[in-house]
Amino acid sequence: MLTSSRRQRIDDLAAGGGAPDAGVSLAVSAWRRLRRSPLFLVGAAIIGVFVVMALLAPWLAQHDPALRLLDDQVSRARNEIPPAQPGHPLGGDQQGRDLYSRMLLGSQQTLLVAVLATVIGLGGGLVLGTLAGAIGGWVDSVVMRLVDVMLSIPSLLLAVSVGALFARQTQFTVILAVAIVQIPIFARLLRGSMLAQRASDHVLAARALGVRRRAIVFRHMLPNSLGPVVVQSTLVLAIAIIDAAALSFLGLGAADDSVPEWGQMLGRAQDVIDSHPQLAFWPAGAIITVALGFTLVGESLRDALDPKNRR
Amino acid sequence: MALLEVDDLSVVFTRKGEQPVVAVDGVSFDVDPGQTVGLVGESGCGKSVTALAIMGLLPRRGVRVSGSVRFDGTELLGLPAAAMRDRRGRDLGMVFQDPLSSLNPVVPIGLQITEVLERHRRTPRKKAMVQAGDLLTRVGIPDPRRRLDEYPHQLSGGMRQRALIAMALACRPKLLLADEPTTALDVTIQAQILALLAELVRAGDTDLGDTDLGDTALVMITHDLGVVAGLCDEVNVLYGGRVVERGPRHPLFAAPHHPYTVGLLASVPRLDGPRGQRLSPIRGSVSDNIPWTSGCAFAPRCPNVLGACTSVTPEMEFGPDERLLRCHNPVPAPQEVRA
Ligand SMILES: Nc1ncnc2c1ncn2[C@@H]1O[C@H](COP(=O)(O)OP(=O)(O)OP(=O)(O)O)[C@@H](O)[C@H]1O
Ligand SMILES: [Mg+2]
Repeated sequence: MLTSSRRQRIDDLAAGGGAPDAGVSLAVSAWRRLRRSPLFLVGAAIIGVFVVMALLAPWLAQHDPALRLLDDQVSRARNEIPPAQPGHPLGGDQQGRDLYSRMLLGSQQTLLVAVLATVIGLGGGLVLGTLAGAIGGWVDSVVMRLVDVMLSIPSLLLAVSVGALFARQTQFTVILAVAIVQIPIFARLLRGSMLAQRASDHVLAARALGVRRRAIVFRHMLPNSLGPVVVQSTLVLAIAIIDAAALSFLGLGAADDSVPEWGQMLGRAQDVIDSHPQLAFWPAGAIITVALGFTLVGESLRDALDPKNRR
Repeated sequence: MALLEVDDLSVVFTRKGEQPVVAVDGVSFDVDPGQTVGLVGESGCGKSVTALAIMGLLPRRGVRVSGSVRFDGTELLGLPAAAMRDRRGRDLGMVFQDPLSSLNPVVPIGLQITEVLERHRRTPRKKAMVQAGDLLTRVGIPDPRRRLDEYPHQLSGGMRQRALIAMALACRPKLLLADEPTTALDVTIQAQILALLAELVRAGDTDLGDTDLGDTALVMITHDLGVVAGLCDEVNVLYGGRVVERGPRHPLFAAPHHPYTVGLLASVPRLDGPRGQRLSPIRGSVSDNIPWTSGCAFAPRCPNVLGACTSVTPEMEFGPDERLLRCHNPVPAPQEVRA
């Protein structure tokens, strides 16, 4: 039941993109509406700060995130972790490394996780969805059966299972696990809008001109099917960050923590969360804020692109 | 020899778990080279499906097509998909009802025209773009260089239809099928588009070189008798998926013999008719039809109905004025009524 409602949601999204007058005019009017939407502006501002932070992190961070600068203030026996102090505005972590620098540089890895996982999920979904939507017939049946099986597994469970397949967890296995969960969603979404396009007037008109099948798919169907996929990508950026954090929290994060990542930092903070909540607070707060930013942008993009909201 | 010979064409939509729908039920008509032929009939009588069947654009699954469509001596039904694709846009063109939704919204007009030229003539992109500009000029779009780079939504409805006509005629097909090409347009624009079509299909001018158009046969599909009256050499009146009356335009309009044609003409408002004359719509609706196998499909709505009409299927026969008629009890010519 849960899974069928999930499938329904994906299909509804796909149908939204099949508007006959989608495309440039829609994009233009969508942009006009976006500019005036406060939710979009807030989301875009959050993402802007996040991206700038990631880009400038090497210069903003005063310390090497891997150096145990405050090691002398750490005592496992007495449960002591370096507090905030001059030069270290957020204090240190369990290993005496500067938390402020780790937070700044962690934004790079988190951005990388979000973008790579989305790109891989999107790429896989594009291939499968295009195959199913363009060829149809038994290819469609096989691909969609596979997709439905994957969708019927709760997404976090699937990510955990994929993550656990690898003997040694690295940042890349986390990205892969998070991405694979998104593939069926993108595939189903794209297939839905491709099918709507296949039945559209302009595809019929192109066929009436003798246009070849490949050109029909790649010039006439695919570009007009991407609207819902673009919206979904924005939302997946948020989902990927949260899922990656969840994997770390469950012990499936990257084993090596010399290169900081927010999800991983949050995962490591578990042991000391009672005595030193600040170690969890900063990465968790950052993750939630950034995920909110992507979600706000994604949702307002979806509303703006929905032909029903057109004025 | 006729350019297009449609013989006993039937199209049945079969869907699992549903009654089959007979959309076209044995349509036959010919089109000579350069001739303009009208297909008229009310909504749902199978005009569009006939055109799609000729173009080979019906879905393969869930559709049964039978009969024969010969084009230039070649049987088109059952032709391999690739061979049919080569002919579409090159030998046969089609223009649809809604110009906005018939254009790809994310591709500039110019590229949509060159696509056809590159596909069928292997014209290089640059040269094709020049030809596309000439074509736009030819179909009456001002400032074509600028329009080439514009997207469909930036054009007016009339210009979009002109652009679509340019695409359909880009490779100089011998036959153009126009399916209600003016229905979605303003009345003034309608007249312009019809005038353009009439001009384009007439014997061509040669001063435009490669983009010279003309001498194209036109099948005009419409429910608007005014369009037919202004444009067509021959008229086929369709009812319930079959041709019920066929003849040259003038005699057919002056003296319709099939009761359905008479009804169609009587339901059109006329400026030159007597003042205060009442419009008389045909009674009943298409849903009252009986199948052709058990008589005449129009019988339940026909004012001239006889006993035979509900038991014997009428055949296509020569009536008065060299008219082809499918009727047991045709309406006599007006002068005979007066006499
Ligand atoms: N894909 C389809 N599946 C089932 N039935 C169909 C399909 N397409 C058309 N029909 C049926 O075929 C019949 C003829 O349709 P067609 O579109 O040819 O009518 P038309 O004469 O073009 O009417 P209009 O003037 O409204 O365009 C209709 O009764 C319609 O319901
Ligand atoms: Mg129609």
